[in-house]
Amino acid sequence: MRIVVDYDLCESNAICMAIAPDVFEVRDDDLLHVLNEAPGEDRREKMEEAVQRCPKQAIAIED
Amino acid sequence: MRDSVTIVGASLAGLRSAETLRRDGFGGRISLIGDEPHQPYDRPPLSKQVLAGDWEPERALLTPAEKLEPLGLDLRLGVRATGLDVAARELEVDGVAEPFDGLLIATGARCRTLPGTGGPVAVHTLRTLDDCLAIRAALDDGARRMVVIGAGFIGAEVASVAVGRGTSVTLVEALPAPFARVLGQEMGAVVADVHVANGVDLRCGVGVSSVAGEPGAMTVAMADGSDVYADLVVVGIGVVPNTEWLEGSGLTLDDGVVCDPTCLAAPNVVAAGDVARWTDPRTGESMRVEHWDNAVEQGRHAARRLLATDEEAEVFAPVPWFWSDQYDRKIQLAGRPHPDDEVRVVDGSTDERRFAAFYGRRGQLTAVLGMNRPRQVMQGRGLLEQGVGWDDALAVAAGWD
Repeated sequence: MRIVVDYDLCESNAICMAIAPDVFEVRDDDLLHVLNEAPGEDRREKMEEAVQRCPKQAIAIED
Repeated sequence: MRDSVTIVGASLAGLRSAETLRRDGFGGRISLIGDEPHQPYDRPPLSKQVLAGDWEPERALLTPAEKLEPLGLDLRLGVRATGLDVAARELEVDGVAEPFDGLLIATGARCRTLPGTGGPVAVHTLRTLDDCLAIRAALDDGARRMVVIGAGFIGAEVASVAVGRGTSVTLVEALPAPFARVLGQEMGAVVADVHVANGVDLRCGVGVSSVAGEPGAMTVAMADGSDVYADLVVVGIGVVPNTEWLEGSGLTLDDGVVCDPTCLAAPNVVAAGDVARWTDPRTGESMRVEHWDNAVEQGRHAARRLLATDEEAEVFAPVPWFWSDQYDRKIQLAGRPHPDDEVRVVDGSTDERRFAAFYGRRGQLTAVLGMNRPRQVMQGRGLLEQGVGWDDALAVAAGWD
């Protein structure tokens, strides 16, 4: 599983960071950084939650 | 195990609940019924990018066709649920009864209208894509003066977009301070200042007596005797839940569909989103939340509740959160402040209009407000989820710099 962020859509609402701080981090520059682009399968449910709850639908999972 | 699920309301809560059912492996029939003719779309861009003309409506679709199709939904658009009989397990669609197995109610809410402005006078509200395109068309036609009645978050976003398009805006609020009902006096004033700084003529503490005229030549008569002239009038004074079709259904209605703490409204019936009222296990308060994130979260929760046994059912205990984009500021609020809560700026400053603030009451952290501070709001939201006390929350925030 790979995490792909569309940075044209991302508005740094940081919801993903609240769901999975080990994968997503919004830094002081207000930009999102993906800390782990290939999280393990045990993180799938959290990743799907991040996809669904992103207000800009900027996150995708590629298998 | 259920054979089928019927979802009434094909917007955010309804569609996300359908997706959750499939993701959780539900293989039965899922009917998704919506009264608008459009494919399910997202509403936040309607007061932002679509209204601004930056996005075409297609870009606001909730789920693109190539992802919707594999879900195998029985998508029934342009039809309206008109009645329900819980005891008989019958739903009425456009007047025709049909049986249901499991039912998820997500019929949302509609705009409150200004008393005395019904009839032929062209006063806009903003809820649907069609509403958005009507306002956008008026702006495209060169509307130069707009009056926005109601300084809530929708009105504030409409004002922001209109200013960005070169329209002069008068923002009218009956209460003495805009946003104070949600944010309290002090922080409400900070948000109000952003509008004034962007050239909005903000008039607070004065009601509207009447709106007259026709598009391009409207007169808004104020309760203080003054008149404001406009090409275009938009009213944003809140919403009312769509529950009329449920009168006599056997469900309890009280400014929403009343559910238990697990989102169950009756056996085999759940509700989610703007229409659902439930008792928040965190506070014991009866809640109905109109935020985007709640529609997603509660849609997911209600979908799972419908497939769960009573023993498996979990309570729905979210920390409410919303965001609002106004000019170049992103405002986010997590939690539920009371207007008289103590407020403390914990990061940045209100002068810079870049800050995070905590709200507290009786030794507890109750909410976190941010302006261009998304990271801090989400960290604060985590503290709210943990139920952290006021002093401990302040200590955490002190370590943020």
